[in-house]
Amino acid sequence: MNTWIAIGVTFVGCYAVKLAGLLVPAGVLEKPLVKRLAALLPVALLAALTAQQTFADGRHLVLDARAAGLAAAAVALLLRAPFLLVVAAAVVVTAGVRALGG
Amino acid sequence: MTHRTTCTDTGAGRTGTGAGQAGAGKPDAAVVRDALGVGIAVGLSGFAFGVTSAGSGLTVTQTCALSLLVFTGASQFALVGALAAGSGPFTAAAGAFFLGVRNAFYGLRLSQLLALSRALRPLAAQWVIDETTAVTLAQPSRRAARIGFTVTGACLYLLWNLTTLLGALGARALGDTGAWGLDAAGPAVFLALLAPMLKTAAERAVAALAVLLGLGLLPVLPAGVPVLAAASAAPAVLFLAGRRTRGAPTPAGGAGTADGTHGIPETTGSGAGEDDR
Repeated sequence: MNTWIAIGVTFVGCYAVKLAGLLVPAGVLEKPLVKRLAALLPVALLAALTAQQTFADGRHLVLDARAAGLAAAAVALLLRAPFLLVVAAAVVVTAGVRALGG
Repeated sequence: MTHRTTCTDTGAGRTGTGAGQAGAGKPDAAVVRDALGVGIAVGLSGFAFGVTSAGSGLTVTQTCALSLLVFTGASQFALVGALAAGSGPFTAAAGAFFLGVRNAFYGLRLSQLLALSRALRPLAAQWVIDETTAVTLAQPSRRAARIGFTVTGACLYLLWNLTTLLGALGARALGDTGAWGLDAAGPAVFLALLAPMLKTAAERAVAALAVLLGLGLLPVLPAGVPVLAAASAAPAVLFLAGRRTRGAPTPAGGAGTADGTHGIPETTGSGAGEDDR
């Protein structure tokens, strides 16, 4: 049930902001500070999410196979691999390290 | 979801309106081709979401509902990640919501470019995301922009939902997704979205501070809250940078450097970023 609540709230919130952008008169959100903040907010969230989903196990920090997978993804990104390949590299390396007992 | 779109977000108004007036002729077929390329490439990555979501313990129905209703990738990944980590529903939804806020700024640009009727806006709104914005902003005329938006949106919506379903079913067939390394798909997606955004010192500082906050607060705050706390890195860095430069606007990003090839949104850019500057 909690999952459905989360899905419903996320849907309403995400749809509302999409629609707001189309309905709100230009100029309301056009202040430079607001725009800068809107550009930086995803940077902060994505960085924190990347770190947590790589190094967190519940509320503990761990270093496991996922770290190797993320490193592989980083290398793929540096090589400008396509998106799907980046994800695949992370998955394959993580699975490989686990299979080796990592 | 990328820097490319972020750039466009800051500088694109000019391009958009200017180009609209110019009305430069770009064949409809070329617009459709661009749009389909983006739609297909990104649509396929719904697999990764379907697998991750089902692997995080959501049912196939819940997974598909997310793609149908929320339809903005980063928020979807964030939500299922937070739920899997034990977040409460509202905390998890808050993180997903804040990631979705950028779509409002895309909508602002798009509403000027597309000049949609009031009746169409609630329908078009669901497709206001990184990729459709990138394609639309890159078009030289209103007609091309409308075609680009519609084709990218339709193609992406269809494929994203189809591949979400297939990914969710696939994950169930696989059983323990961890053994297949599939729990690394989520962070890899986030990293791929994040990488093109890290152009300026301010952006890197925000990312570094957010990582510290996100990991440092993990043991002491309830699940899901550390991510929200990490979001404060954005206003914090902005405040410090503002004090240092006394209001001189920081450039939104280095001119089109290394992006372009990888991933979801970049492919789409087809110069959206560069053209703007």
